[in-house]
Amino acid sequence: MIRRLMLAAVVAALPLVVIAADARRDAILADYAAKARAVDPGATAFSAQRGETLFRTKWTGGDPRTASCTACHTADPRAPGQNAKTGRPIEPVAVSVNPKRFTDPATVEKQFTRDCKNVLGRECTPLEKGDYITFMAGQ
Amino acid sequence: MSVRPLTPTFTLLAAVLLLLACPAYAGDDWMPPVRDATVQKECGTCHMTFQPGFLPARSWSRMMGSLSDHFGEDVTLMNDKIEIIRAYLTANAGDVVNQGRAAKYMHWVAPGGTPQRITENPDFLRKHRFPESVWKDPKVVTKSNCLACHSSAERGVFK
Repeated sequence: MIRRLMLAAVVAALPLVVIAADARRDAILADYAAKARAVDPGATAFSAQRGETLFRTKWTGGDPRTASCTACHTADPRAPGQNAKTGRPIEPVAVSVNPKRFTDPATVEKQFTRDCKNVLGRECTPLEKGDYITFMAGQ
Repeated sequence: MSVRPLTPTFTLLAAVLLLLACPAYAGDDWMPPVRDATVQKECGTCHMTFQPGFLPARSWSRMMGSLSDHFGEDVTLMNDKIEIIRAYLTANAGDVVNQGRAAKYMHWVAPGGTPQRITENPDFLRKHRFPESVWKDPKVVTKSNCLACHSSAERGVFK
């Protein structure tokens, strides 16, 4: 009985958790938007399409083992991936299957810092980060 | 018919089976796993959370001081995180634990040496003499991917 009540409480709280996660992601996006405007006052709104292009482009400036995001995340953001250097499994990046994604600003920034350097061979711009998250939020 | 003559044999057999079933208590294939949440998150996101018992404390200290070139990768962390991880790894390092498998690894570490690659320790090499084809298996990726073959490696069991 207690177990059933607890289950009911957890199910009832689920939408709250999802909303809270969205608010945190929105705050991260708002922060990148502000930074993008600081670089270029005429910066456009984030684009899922540009985010997808960023995700699928094969770059030449980074580590050849990770020439594109898909090297670890696979061509399907909803699928689990695998670290191309260590073999470590990676949880899906798509928010629909992994709602925890892009909810902790420190983790998001740390991962962009590392991955952009490895994949693109340079830092990502705030606009690129926002595009990427916008693409993944719709996946 | 009496079962009595079988009893000592059975007891011995049971003991052996029990030891085989519980490598944690058998000793040599056991390496105390990482139990610190920060270490699990910060180290374990990108690779297996290697047990600190595989390297001496001075190796871990050197590693935590060179995160901008961590096996060719810049994995810089905030200083507070670095210190939490350094403290855990050095407190549980091979030369501190110094028993079981950790002692076997430490046997090969030169006095004052600060090795960084667990996979270069002779105790590792001795147990991993495989043809190149095994290492080229797509699920292996790299020698440091213990979990490709040792599914319980992260819990400290290297069967």
